[in-house]
Amino acid sequence: MSNPFGHLELLLFGILPYTAMFVFFLVTIIRYRVQTFTYSSLSSQFLENQVHFWGVVPFHYGIIIILTGHVLAFLLPEQLLTWNSIPWRLYILEMTGLVLASLTLTGLIALILRRKTIHKIVEVTTTVDWILLFLLLFQVGLGIYIAVLHRWGSSWFAATMAPYLWSLVKLNPDIGYVVGMPLLVKLHIIGAWLIIGFFPFTRLVHILVVPNPYLWRRTQVVRWYRNWRKYQASA
Amino acid sequence: MNIRSQMSMVFHLDKCIGCHTCSIACKNIWTDRKGTEYMWFNNVETKPGTGYPTKWEDQTSYRGGWEMHKGKLRLKSTGRGRIIANIFHNPSLPSMDDYYEPWTYDYQNLFNAPEGDDQPTAKPISMVTGEYIDIEAGPNWDDDLGGSPVYGQNDPNLEGLTEEQKQQLFAIQRLVFFYFPRICNHCTNPACVASCPSGALYKRGEDGIVLIDQNRCRGWRSCVAACPYKKTYFNWSTGKSEKCLLCFPRVETGQAPACFHSCVGRIRYLGVVLYDAERIEEVAALPREELIDGHRSLILDPNNPLVIEEAMKAGIPESTLKAARQSPVYRFVKEWKLALPPHIEYRTLPMLFYVPPMSAVTASYDGKVVNGTSEEFFHDINDSRVPMQFLGNLFGAGYTGKIEYAMRKQKAVRWYRRALTVGDIDMETAKRILHEADCSIEEAEAIYRLTSLCTAEERFVIPPAHRETAIEALQDPMTRKQEVGFGFMSGPRRGM
Repeated sequence: MSNPFGHLELLLFGILPYTAMFVFFLVTIIRYRVQTFTYSSLSSQFLENQVHFWGVVPFHYGIIIILTGHVLAFLLPEQLLTWNSIPWRLYILEMTGLVLASLTLTGLIALILRRKTIHKIVEVTTTVDWILLFLLLFQVGLGIYIAVLHRWGSSWFAATMAPYLWSLVKLNPDIGYVVGMPLLVKLHIIGAWLIIGFFPFTRLVHILVVPNPYLWRRTQVVRWYRNWRKYQASA
Repeated sequence: MNIRSQMSMVFHLDKCIGCHTCSIACKNIWTDRKGTEYMWFNNVETKPGTGYPTKWEDQTSYRGGWEMHKGKLRLKSTGRGRIIANIFHNPSLPSMDDYYEPWTYDYQNLFNAPEGDDQPTAKPISMVTGEYIDIEAGPNWDDDLGGSPVYGQNDPNLEGLTEEQKQQLFAIQRLVFFYFPRICNHCTNPACVASCPSGALYKRGEDGIVLIDQNRCRGWRSCVAACPYKKTYFNWSTGKSEKCLLCFPRVETGQAPACFHSCVGRIRYLGVVLYDAERIEEVAALPREELIDGHRSLILDPNNPLVIEEAMKAGIPESTLKAARQSPVYRFVKEWKLALPPHIEYRTLPMLFYVPPMSAVTASYDGKVVNGTSEEFFHDINDSRVPMQFLGNLFGAGYTGKIEYAMRKQKAVRWYRRALTVGDIDMETAKRILHEADCSIEEAEAIYRLTSLCTAEERFVIPPAHRETAIEALQDPMTRKQEVGFGFMSGPRRGM
């Protein structure tokens, strides 16, 4: 494949994504198999119960919906463009996104201040936590900045980002979609790949073990040793 | 019928001297690691008192246990649907302030302090932050009624007592207290297990011990909020919950758990009971006043041929059935009806039962002699310094009938033994009292024997675990000390 773009851009938009995804899958799997114990949300609510609410709740609700939006735009770009073809629907979508992003940022800032100022929380904060928090702050901040400066992101995302991401999925990266983007957008893309690559080393792994069976499992859990032994023998 | 066996417990409160040996035995084995310093799998509370964590019995604020909602059982804290919305911030989770901030002392200061006019002191240091702290409360701050105006008077069990009774409880010459040692109840309908979003908590099928799978716990904290007895704890360092494991590595090798083994007053009994697992939900949903009887009916007679047959079908080994027939717990709970479950109104159907404590009768003091208030034997029970209603709130779901029955029987046994050994009352009177207390002479002898003269073998009837091929059996338990639980292959640490 000839490369009409700069080496740096190829590195950041063509190679970094694969590296990040490779690290993501490799490390999460190895970590799950070798260090199952470390898969935890590492909650600190027990140590501090008040600020926790104002940080954790807006952050989680905000980021979950925003991320779902990104994923939906990636999966259903055409439907998104159809939705946006009527202006008021586009305005509603953009405004909702902006409000939720602000919610996320507010929560994130509360969490950072909490980690910085409350002594008990400082005690359970690691370097990895700080790197992650600042990656997230960088990413969420950029997201809001882009939403304000380069409006109608939901439409141009569907037109440029979705094809770029699909080209990555098809193992035929076409970075032509992104090299012409404004700097802020480029940084946002790079930030996303960095977070994905860093993901398995952080507490973010708790996302992978969200308690899905709870809603339909039996209320009481009983484990029989005789069954476990059978299981051990067959494994 | 679906018969299961359960390692069940009785604590005889009349014998507890409040020495805390049990707590220390437990602490030294299980909770001397970072993140667990504040945990007491076993603790001994003074009643009346607010306990540990402070006012844990006040479920209007802690929201532990089950409640009836439209005729169905549901968790008071966060069941099913509600956990989805509340998983980020559990609204019912107590914080460390509800327990206490663990501390040690700056002992070095005793040696290094510069010469001065004052004795150097060892200042308290937080074991969380490592900073100097002012200690405001500890796990047993109200021991022996210390600070009663703040603690004793706020005991949630004082509800429903008359003003006079409340005042009497704390009046100088009538003041009374008793001890309430607590471990995990290893409930039949555990709220902690039901609340765990990850399914990390489970009840062992073979012996009913409730455990937390450390590899599966993700730190969602629901169990801490859901347990009404506050006997699951959040390890703030590893981000995982931990709880009393009834020393299962000891039980599996035929030894009593550390707190049982070390008990100075020999108040603790451990034995198998058989129960019908099919009826758990039905019994847990009974009206409040029927809960104790329902719970008793859940426990089955190990001598009944039908029960034995069903138990064999369920795969319960003969050795366990034999242990069930010799179980001291079965006798206390079911045969003699002396032992009662704590706060059964939480509907978790606890498998730890308490023999309610006797207390001195109320009396008046006229400056010269102390006058008892009663001449009648049984009036003494209702005139006990600890009001029946208080015990009823603790062990009777708010009702006093079952407590009075148990107290009468205890009292009758004492009168009977007094007639035998001291001889200052005649046997006829003693027999009449026994009869009135629904107690035969054989039963009185058996109660006396198991209460006063019991050997370790009589107190702890532990069946062989049949784990000959288990990996645990081949390991030295001490190799896992300072790690998370037993048989865990890597040390506890925070994050990757």
